[in-house]
Amino acid sequence: MKAEDYRQRQIELEGWAVNLTSYRIGPTFYCSADNVSPGAAIARTSATTREEAEAAAIDRARVKLAATRRHSV
Amino acid sequence: MTAYAHPEALVTTDWVATHAGDANVRIAEVDVDTTEYGKGHIPGAIGWNWTTQLADPIRRDILSKAQFEKLMSEAGISNNTTVILYGDNNNWFAAWALWQMKMYGHEDVRIMDGGRKKWLAEGRELSAEASSVASAAYQASGPDNSLRGFLDQVQAAVQGKTSALVDVRSPAEFTGEILAPPGLPETCQRGGHIPGARSIPWGKACNEDGTFKSAEELSALYGGEGVDGSKPTIAYCRIGERSSHTWFVLKYLLGYDHVKNYDGSWTEWGNLVGAPVERGAAHSAKA
Repeated sequence: MKAEDYRQRQIELEGWAVNLTSYRIGPTFYCSADNVSPGAAIARTSATTREEAEAAAIDRARVKLAATRRHSV
Repeated sequence: MTAYAHPEALVTTDWVATHAGDANVRIAEVDVDTTEYGKGHIPGAIGWNWTTQLADPIRRDILSKAQFEKLMSEAGISNNTTVILYGDNNNWFAAWALWQMKMYGHEDVRIMDGGRKKWLAEGRELSAEASSVASAAYQASGPDNSLRGFLDQVQAAVQGKTSALVDVRSPAEFTGEILAPPGLPETCQRGGHIPGARSIPWGKACNEDGTFKSAEELSALYGGEGVDGSKPTIAYCRIGERSSHTWFVLKYLLGYDHVKNYDGSWTEWGNLVGAPVERGAAHSAKA
């Protein structure tokens, strides 16, 4: 088996840049959302379509990013 | 084009596709997301879980020599095995594993340039079946603590300005604007950076496809911040895995002699009572 339809795109959630990486292995689409800087994955999902996997990753990432506190420096 | 100082420390995805089945080669996947291996991995590769297999399970520490020998033995790795490490996040924890393997004296351990990301993006073969291997005898040396930075050494470096400190976290972590990468739990009491540290985020060492930048680009990147190998260098991040990636770059791609990974990193320094902390952007490297 192989990863197919590998795709990356960048969006903004709660004021933070987010990379969405998705691909398919067999019948399952996987998606991970990372925070670009520093690049840590904050949500990973799977579904039968890319759209569903991405939507779930976006939902989970949004909740976590909304809880990130910014401090004045 | 200038070559890496130790080009033998890297292999390409093509090389792995050709040599993964060689008798003396063992491929190991080490991911931030420990479920990745199960989704599909390089055929024949074993998987290591960094949370349970690449750290002491009780105290905060790397593996003991006995734990390390057991891990190698159970992975079918002998002292003369060629070990190829790869993983997600452009090899964060593959570099962490390599750092420990070097501390315990494994001679031939290399990183697959581009890691899991490149292998997937190239549509290369995957297997979902866990690989079974026969155990092997393994005898570690060391640990070689010259590769590891400890708190007292970092404190001495700050006081005496004897080492170059490289903070490889994101700029917002460096300044103190955030206490952890966006979306992750805060793991420190104070934000900012170790006084005198240069901010060189780990990702600047990588190309878009996850491979390492050229020797010229890396030399310009670190040299431009005054980190040129002319004095001992200590890299740190939050828990030590991102900084092991930078440690690998400085030690093996640029060939700096004296480079330590301070795995205590910001979770140690940023929780330490009385530790000096700088906030805001770094001062000029030339100052």
